[in-house]
Amino acid sequence: MIKKIHYREIEGNSVNYYILLGFLGTVIALALAATYYMEHNGHHVTGMTNQIVWGIPHVFAVFLIVAASGALNVASIASVFGKTAYKPLAPLSGLVAIALLVGGLCVLVLDLGRPDRLIVAMTAYNFKSIFAWNIILYNGFIAIVAVYLWMMMEHRMNKYSKVVGFVAFTWRLILTTGTGSIFGFLVARQGYDAAIMAPMFILMSFSFGMAIFILILMASYAGTGRPLGSIVVQRLKNLLGVFVAAVLLIVAIYHLTNLYATEHHEFEQFILLSGGIYTFLFWVVQILLGSLIPLFLFYSRVTKDAPIWTIIGCILVIVGGLAQMYGIIIGGQAFPLNMFPGFEVSSSFFDGVVSQYTPSLPEIALGIGGVAIALIMVTIAIKILRFLPLSLDNALADPHHKAKPVTEAEGKVAV
Amino acid sequence: MNKVMNVEIFKSISWTKSALITLMLICLPAQAGVPMPDIPKGKGDKCVEETSLMRTDHMEMILHQRDETVHKGIRTKKHSFKECINCHAVKDENNLPVSYKSPKHFCNSCHTYAAVKIDCFECHASRPDNNKLNRTNSTVKRSKTNLQ
Amino acid sequence: MSDSKQSITDKPIDNYRRKFLGQLAAVTATGALGSNLILHNFAEARPADQAVTSNVRYGLLIDTSKCGDGCNACVTACNEENGLQDLDRPETDAQWIRTVKLKDKSTARTVSLPMMCQHCEFPPCVDVCPTGASFKRADGIVLVDKHLCIGCRYCMMACPYKARSFIHEELTGQVQGIPRGKGTVESCTLCVHRVDKGERPACVEACEKDGHKALIFGDLKDPTSDIAKRVSTEASTQVRGDLRLNPGVRYQGI
Repeated sequence: MIKKIHYREIEGNSVNYYILLGFLGTVIALALAATYYMEHNGHHVTGMTNQIVWGIPHVFAVFLIVAASGALNVASIASVFGKTAYKPLAPLSGLVAIALLVGGLCVLVLDLGRPDRLIVAMTAYNFKSIFAWNIILYNGFIAIVAVYLWMMMEHRMNKYSKVVGFVAFTWRLILTTGTGSIFGFLVARQGYDAAIMAPMFILMSFSFGMAIFILILMASYAGTGRPLGSIVVQRLKNLLGVFVAAVLLIVAIYHLTNLYATEHHEFEQFILLSGGIYTFLFWVVQILLGSLIPLFLFYSRVTKDAPIWTIIGCILVIVGGLAQMYGIIIGGQAFPLNMFPGFEVSSSFFDGVVSQYTPSLPEIALGIGGVAIALIMVTIAIKILRFLPLSLDNALADPHHKAKPVTEAEGKVAV
Repeated sequence: MNKVMNVEIFKSISWTKSALITLMLICLPAQAGVPMPDIPKGKGDKCVEETSLMRTDHMEMILHQRDETVHKGIRTKKHSFKECINCHAVKDENNLPVSYKSPKHFCNSCHTYAAVKIDCFECHASRPDNNKLNRTNSTVKRSKTNLQ
Repeated sequence: MSDSKQSITDKPIDNYRRKFLGQLAAVTATGALGSNLILHNFAEARPADQAVTSNVRYGLLIDTSKCGDGCNACVTACNEENGLQDLDRPETDAQWIRTVKLKDKSTARTVSLPMMCQHCEFPPCVDVCPTGASFKRADGIVLVDKHLCIGCRYCMMACPYKARSFIHEELTGQVQGIPRGKGTVESCTLCVHRVDKGERPACVEACEKDGHKALIFGDLKDPTSDIAKRVSTEASTQVRGDLRLNPGVRYQGI
């Protein structure tokens, strides 16, 4: 028999809740101060230059935007693919999706040379620009997911949630295609100019979004003391493992394709062997820490059932994801443009040399501020509206779950 | 003919604005006790349009001309921003034109009074060009000499 | 209002076209007579109140073999003309034109050439610009409308020639008619303010003044122009021609 799911606001009156709010608020305030400093002085106080035109803020922004569409997966699985087991998680999934996107967009906008002209970006469109499409895709995503949440959370509207869920799912796939194409369509640079960027970003979104979602889910249930069954977490974690493996596969295809073509050998040599920080980030952080170790943690007999290893695995996936973004965005720019194939090139404008980039403190603060904006939105929203089910114990989470003797440790996930 | 029509366009949309601004000019000093700005006189007998029209619609004319110039390469002088600057330049005690930063600058004197912030001079030169004044006469390596 | 605007702009353009065609015919006829007198008279200055048309396409031909050893005249002239200042921060200072030194990896031959915005027929910067601030004028000159530029730098990511600079700080002392300011992107304008007066870009004049004559400026669509004649009879290449962007700047001797 399927029990009815009760969603309730969290109490949000504990000292810890206010400490969390205060901490996130402080991070956001620091980010805004950093933004003022950068905009007042101009970008020369950042590590960004005419060579590395997009820096750490863009790493965070694109990561958050990509993760946003991935965070919607859980809701999509519930309403589009009809997996009722995921249904109790769907509202939180939509909320995290909107929050991450807003966080990412804030970073993107605050890094503009003229953020005061945001109105221009909203009123003057060049419809051939992928950037302009993305402005529409991002705004549309927020609107559609908001409607989706309404359909899910308002009983009378429940019957439409499947249709809206389908629209949201389609929209998010197009959105991540658009984000990947920001790089995929750049013919000028060796590291980009590849159609595979779009599917790669879609898979990256599945992976990063799911990792963030699992962490937020576990944290909010641990913080409120509501029961979170092991089945829920393990099911999500197993799915995350599949996504991590899928990203690995597509990254392998990307590099193998490049390795086959002589014209890309120098770029691959740079990323895979001689690129210093970029090579380190690729092999050690992205592949080993961000992919292989989490896969081991998620599936090995010793660690697969322990929540703490799931948490560590999710954190590693996020760290690996940020490293991957850094490699794509910064590494792709650091490698010199191939203007004159077969020639050694030199000039006063850093032609032909690998560009150096050292992120400054303010731009890092801005990037982290975006994360804080996303988290504070979730923290406040679950207090105001009924996003979280009162219980996600095993019996609730899985209608087909045979009640086996549940130990205290399994019933509640200790963090 | 086209010039006349242009002005007609500005005139037709400007009457409400003139009324508003006139009202403001009457009311503001009386209420806030702010002295009327000392608006410097430009060169020549009169401006390119009626003073009242210039007061209310100079921004429309500059904006219109701006797009014509940037995108179509139309560089007529009548409504050109450059000519505004040249004609309304205010000299300092050394007989050199002042920049927008000076309260004596033609645009600044009124815009400060009206509390309307403009960003034209973040990019545009705010005084007439004078090779020896605005540009250091050096080769590639330039000093940081800042004359504004 | 839009109707009256239409009528305002249409007529002068027709006049201009008529006049232009007339001039074109006259110029062609003179050219056929074998006169060299008109060669440098690439285009009579377009009347100030008439819009640029696509009947012309401005371009440059750069003969690298004539580039003086260690010569930097074009760069200096550009900085002078456009008020580009050196703030001693090479990584963020704007450069509209730069001298690039090439060395053939397999033969060790060296070449030196000026590199700037290539004024592509299909400019990637224009494609990617979200607000339409990057645009191509009817006569082929690629510009940034700084009133629309929000400083996203996507055009800098997209340009295959590294032709663009972002203004990383507040500027003062701009040259009149060459607006430049913090937070926007800029690049070589082909000295559009001079071209509109019927003059040649500063770099081209400086190069000629130094006696190299490595740079030729002109209308690629005018078969009687110096540049059109040269590119139709001599070998020239486009940098990254594989991208099929059809740059308006061509090189010889790479």
